[in-house]
Amino acid sequence: MFQLIGVAPQALFSQVLVGLINGAFYAILSLGLAVIFGLLNIINFAHGALYMLGAFVAYFLLQGLGLGYWSALIVAPLVVGLFGMLLERTMLRQLRQIDHLYGLLLTFGLALVIQGVFQNEFGSSGLPYAVPPALVGGQNLGFMFLPNYRAWVIVISLAVCLSTWWAIERTKLGSYLRAATENPTIVQAFGINVPRMITLTYGFGVALAAFAGVLAAPIYQVRPLMGADLIIVVFAVVVIGGMGSIMGSILTGFGLGVIEGLTKVFYPEASNTVIFVIMTIVLLIKPAGLFGRVQ
Amino acid sequence: MAVQRELPATMAAPGVPSHQVIAFAVMTTFFVVAPFFIYPIFLMNALCFALFALAFNLLIGYAGLLSFGHAAFLGTAGYVSAHAAKVWGLPPELAILAGTIAAGLLGLIFGLLAIRRQGIYFAMITLAFAQMVYFFALQTKFTGGEDGIQSVPRGVMLGVLDLRGTMTLYSVVLVIFLAAFLFIYRIIHSPFGQVLKAIRDNEPRAISLGYRADHYKLLAFVLSATLAGLAGGTKAIVFQLASLTDVHWSMSGEVVLMTLLGGLGTIFGPVVGAFVVVALQNYLAQLGAWVTVVQGAIFVLCVLTFRRGIVGELGRILKRPL
Repeated sequence: MFQLIGVAPQALFSQVLVGLINGAFYAILSLGLAVIFGLLNIINFAHGALYMLGAFVAYFLLQGLGLGYWSALIVAPLVVGLFGMLLERTMLRQLRQIDHLYGLLLTFGLALVIQGVFQNEFGSSGLPYAVPPALVGGQNLGFMFLPNYRAWVIVISLAVCLSTWWAIERTKLGSYLRAATENPTIVQAFGINVPRMITLTYGFGVALAAFAGVLAAPIYQVRPLMGADLIIVVFAVVVIGGMGSIMGSILTGFGLGVIEGLTKVFYPEASNTVIFVIMTIVLLIKPAGLFGRVQ
Repeated sequence: MAVQRELPATMAAPGVPSHQVIAFAVMTTFFVVAPFFIYPIFLMNALCFALFALAFNLLIGYAGLLSFGHAAFLGTAGYVSAHAAKVWGLPPELAILAGTIAAGLLGLIFGLLAIRRQGIYFAMITLAFAQMVYFFALQTKFTGGEDGIQSVPRGVMLGVLDLRGTMTLYSVVLVIFLAAFLFIYRIIHSPFGQVLKAIRDNEPRAISLGYRADHYKLLAFVLSATLAGLAGGTKAIVFQLASLTDVHWSMSGEVVLMTLLGGLGTIFGPVVGAFVVVALQNYLAQLGAWVTVVQGAIFVLCVLTFRRGIVGELGRILKRPL
């Protein structure tokens, strides 16, 4: 049995896999944050709570309507996305004209309310959500065992991330969106309904969070605080990547997931803090983040 | 004559406005009388948080910097003070001092990095730094991990004040609080405080006037961290405990809530806000997670309809800044 830099290859590869999985969630969540930040200029503190909501909606769909994983993957983001649009219409919209920090504070309050309600209903322990039958089992790659579901999560999140990037950077709709982040007034003058675009964008960002929640349900269980712990790490990922950069959030998300996984192999004590340490170093060298533009 | 009579009042503006003197007197009287009617331990808890909120408000209210990681300073000072009192056997005044200094140094390090960015970025960077402190507290030996540092001795302050007596302890906490309050009041009304406000309102203009904005912001950050540390150290001695609760990010959120509810950038607001929040937690404790829901709802309500906060609104009605 050969050793790789003093570590058994199984351990190394399985941690890289875990890192890629975590990275997939970091990427989707920070992508949603980037999309929302781009147009609304708001740090959506409720993002973690809406991710949790996505997982719970999947759970309810299964328990209440018998709708399985595959339909939940579509329905849950739609439901949560609509909920997000409602939040934007009724609350966030009123804060457009004032300091953006109030948006952060409002979404922070919303996160507390949503998480608190679910904690009252379901306690803090997790509810199980089964891996869909089609993805049970795994592949023996010779050097490691790869569960099918985890491979699926990595593939689908990459696909979602890249298509989002393509939609924003390469399509006409995306160009409207980018133009509206630069100068909403002029874009409005060209006859584009910017307020509606903002609502839809928020809904889309939120739907991405819910999508990640459904993906996470079979891996991490469905817990009221599943998003609360994750969101802080995602914020650090966002700071490292540079806010608002679409490709930046995807690359940093996956990259940091893998780095975190590798740290678990070589120096487990630091695995929780490695992302924050990297953040400090990046800030020292590039205050705007790796892919961010200087304000 | 009317003009003559009114002039001195406006000319006297650089001094302490009389309504603030009255408000201060009311506040002090309340705290002196309160322990005879209200459970002193509750009062001390509220005083510690009021001090924490005052420190936080110094930064957001006067320098315009929203730190979302102030729990790091409260918690770190708590651990250091508890450790100093329990393991090193230092008297309480030196233990609290050690915690305060530790928080100030931490504030210097975080501040140096964080003030490079503004607004939302600043908030998120401070949050992430605080999370680093949280994981550190969770993993290192000296913090006691999940258990925290328990049964910290209160000791004898300055060799004469035995803090095991509740009333003695209360008096000491009140003196610390009032001293810090006056210190913060002094900072706000000093030329330094005026420059901070100028930077908050228009940073490019302040820079073009020749002020080195970053130096001012850093000093404000360190002062705020140090005072938050004073709150944390005092709290650890009073409750004989330093635990993970105080370094967790939800504590950073709580201090934002206290300040927002009381009134951002008001002098008395953080005190009122801290009392309301601590009272809520105290009396709603049986309701479990509903406390979180109530707090969240207050947050939402404050941001949407009530941005001046309790004291801010009161000041607007009275047409006098409080």
